[in-house]
Amino acid sequence: MATFKLNGRQVTTHGPDDAPLLWAIRDDIGLKGTKFGCGIGQCGACTVHVDGRPVRSCLTPTAAVAGKSITTIEGLDPAGVHPLQQAWVEVQVPQCGYCQSGQIMQAAALLKQKPNPTDADIDAAMNGNLCRCMAYVRIRQAIKLAAANAAKRGAKTEGAKA
Amino acid sequence: MNGPFDAGRRAADALSRRGFLITLSAAGATMGFASADAAQAAGAPAGFEPTIWYSVGRDGSVTVNIIRAELGQHVGTGVARILADELEADWSKVHIKTVDSHAKWGLMVTGGSWSMWQSFPIYSQAGAAGRTVLVEEGARLLGVKPADCVAKNGAVHAGKASISYGDIVAKGNVARSFTAEQLANMPVKKAADRKLIGKPARARDIPGKVDGKGVYGLDVVIPGMVYGRPKLPPTRNDSSVVAIDDSAAKAVPGYLKSVKLDDPSGQVPGWVVVLGESFVAANRAADLVKVTWKTGDATKVSEADLQKRSAELIADPKAGGLAVEDPGVDAAFAGAARTIEATYTTSTALHFQMEPVNCVALEKDGVFEIHTGNQWQSLVLPWLAKALGTTEDKVVIKNYLLGGGFGRRLNGDYCVGAALAAKAVGKPVKLVLTRPDDVRFDSPRSPSVQKVRMGFGPGGKVVAMEHVAAAGWPTLAMAPFFMPKGANGVAYDPFSINGADHWYSVGAQRVRAVNNDLANATFRPGWLRSVGPGWVNWALESFMDEAAHAAGEDALAFRLKLLDGAGRNAGSGPTAVGGAHRQAAVLKRVAEKAGWGKPLPKGVGLGLATTFGQERDMPTWMACAARVKVDPATGKVKVEKLDLVVDCGTVVNPDGALSQMQGASLWGLSLALFEGTEFKDGQVKDTNLDTYKPLRIADTPELAIEFMPSTEPPVGLGEPATTVVAPAIGNAIFNATGGRVRDLPIRPAAVLKAMKA
Repeated sequence: MATFKLNGRQVTTHGPDDAPLLWAIRDDIGLKGTKFGCGIGQCGACTVHVDGRPVRSCLTPTAAVAGKSITTIEGLDPAGVHPLQQAWVEVQVPQCGYCQSGQIMQAAALLKQKPNPTDADIDAAMNGNLCRCMAYVRIRQAIKLAAANAAKRGAKTEGAKA
Repeated sequence: MNGPFDAGRRAADALSRRGFLITLSAAGATMGFASADAAQAAGAPAGFEPTIWYSVGRDGSVTVNIIRAELGQHVGTGVARILADELEADWSKVHIKTVDSHAKWGLMVTGGSWSMWQSFPIYSQAGAAGRTVLVEEGARLLGVKPADCVAKNGAVHAGKASISYGDIVAKGNVARSFTAEQLANMPVKKAADRKLIGKPARARDIPGKVDGKGVYGLDVVIPGMVYGRPKLPPTRNDSSVVAIDDSAAKAVPGYLKSVKLDDPSGQVPGWVVVLGESFVAANRAADLVKVTWKTGDATKVSEADLQKRSAELIADPKAGGLAVEDPGVDAAFAGAARTIEATYTTSTALHFQMEPVNCVALEKDGVFEIHTGNQWQSLVLPWLAKALGTTEDKVVIKNYLLGGGFGRRLNGDYCVGAALAAKAVGKPVKLVLTRPDDVRFDSPRSPSVQKVRMGFGPGGKVVAMEHVAAAGWPTLAMAPFFMPKGANGVAYDPFSINGADHWYSVGAQRVRAVNNDLANATFRPGWLRSVGPGWVNWALESFMDEAAHAAGEDALAFRLKLLDGAGRNAGSGPTAVGGAHRQAAVLKRVAEKAGWGKPLPKGVGLGLATTFGQERDMPTWMACAARVKVDPATGKVKVEKLDLVVDCGTVVNPDGALSQMQGASLWGLSLALFEGTEFKDGQVKDTNLDTYKPLRIADTPELAIEFMPSTEPPVGLGEPATTVVAPAIGNAIFNATGGRVRDLPIRPAAVLKAMKA
């Protein structure tokens, strides 16, 4: 049993403490956007944010996040229009789509750290996320588009303030 | 010529032979193909329900029923736009519905790159028939002649007057029937008049794939369901359960029981399903349940054994089916001034679709519901009926989004496992394979061995060619009814040899497809993205470069000379029109784009390859130029750029088409350099990403993809680009280093060895 914040709501899980957070989120709480791929932290489909950092939920024991704040794809943006989600639609990134929750969560953490990532930054941050459909060209394109759009919006906001 | 068995066309023909009915209901008009019987009973009584393909509601909404699985190709969007274009529908009012399995849909399969090719003529005519009737009835309601009306954007217009499709359906009487002949003669729009086909569109399935709301098989929840994880036997085909000891599992909270599956269909021999109240419970319990199996000899088989068996069978000229057997092949070789020969191999490769296979099964009111993601409902339904001891009409497959297919989900063995477990415990069961489970019982791409020979006559003219390919056959393992007979009367798997019946004019030609019986006995060979053309073209297109080199000719010029469009290579309509000339055109274009013949830095090479995709009767003309850089110290190959040019006829959904080309070409690269496993003790050696290493973002090269403008009928795009990349890379390595690699995947050690040879 563990109590933590999930997408801003207080939740309590009932499974074993050492059960992977992934299954607590999916089957205990019922949010299915976070996916099961490899179970050994090497595909990235299960990526969620724990206190803002990207974490592989398939390897994280539920008890380890007690008292912490978890964000899943469902909570990334209240209306599902995070700049990355918009860019993902604009660039038409997903094919089968199964890995994309994890890709977007990983990319969101990247942009928080590096709002204007280089290709090398993208390689380093995203190489742990497998896309079996191999939509890699578009993933890169969409991250850059989201970064550019955020910069534009930032500039506008700055302008409005001034 | 004994062309490939054209299952795709037969399926499409079966649909187009049907008549077309439009009927009315309270909700609106339903429009669809009727069975032959129903077409004869045209003017059928009210209440008759034809096979329904789309409907127009009284509110003007158009609902298109999609029988294909959505596995990343945005197939619903593509098919619906074919229909909506001919119907002159308002795209914003078009809805896409993935349908449950039912006999009325005919063959339900998503594979072979067939979806758009098969759907195009059918949905075009269906749309045209609907439009014709809506115009007639709209004209009557407007009090004008049909000839004075135009259909546009979901309404019929006559001068300034207009009436919406919804109002026509609500106020008029659109009930009509068409015979198959009338339908075939239904005028469809000229390419220049198309409004949706070939125009940019956003895929309807994408929003649900970025916000976590899309529902995949693994996301299905049925009230009262329990979870199951299979204990998979040591071998696919020859294991049986001797004893189950679950004493240790009883300590796992939520563990329920372990069930030995009793399977009359023979799809899941030796499977035990461990059940729990949650997946975590079932998964942990499964680790602790001890099963003793009796097994046969398959546990002893290695990759080397499999390849040795293929080589033995290739050496026996009587083995296998003759897919092509021209008169006088042996005489042509005997009389040849010079003969060259080479042998190529490919290793076992895994689907590794991201979502491990899974299925929820339950019985409700005597009907078994199968909730899953599956690519070939028509194949698995008879298995399910047999396994469950019922009839096919008592089983319904409800399809969800597929977290990758690539051919793995053509094999619905996991549905049988779930259904038998649900039957055994009398409640809904969600069967989930872990990743290693999924990989161990993947139906992988069989390893292959191929021998290719070419005979040259006087003046270097090519006078004879022979291509023999040996591998495990997926179609023999799972769908033997799809196997045609060769010229020697021996049945063969067309999907394991397609590509060898190429469009080069090479004189007398023989193509022999050989089944590796040891492979089929050891494991269940699968259809993996592009199937045979994935290994056949590795051999063929590497060999064409070797032949050009042996003949002292340029690899491009040599191919173009043989792609002369003579005889059977002229091609014929509708889809193969243009034949070898279209293949020559994409090859020429890609060479030009990539700068073929221009000097390159030391250690860098450009390599060409060209294929016709999947089947001779559905050619997707494909060409690739790969630019690679080889590290002379390590033999490591870096692909710097892939140029691809494709002629796939009409491009229905341009961005979806590009996306398939991107994904399929990177699959080709991944299979060439990054993937590959081997059988060891009857099982694949690599079962997870710690050792199986598909392409990642950092190794993704620049892609430059071009579509040839065309208004010919569309063909397939899901697989074809996969077929052309590996040989282009192999040829580029040769051009960079002088070393020839003949084994796939290409490993640095093999490159180093080839460089020294």
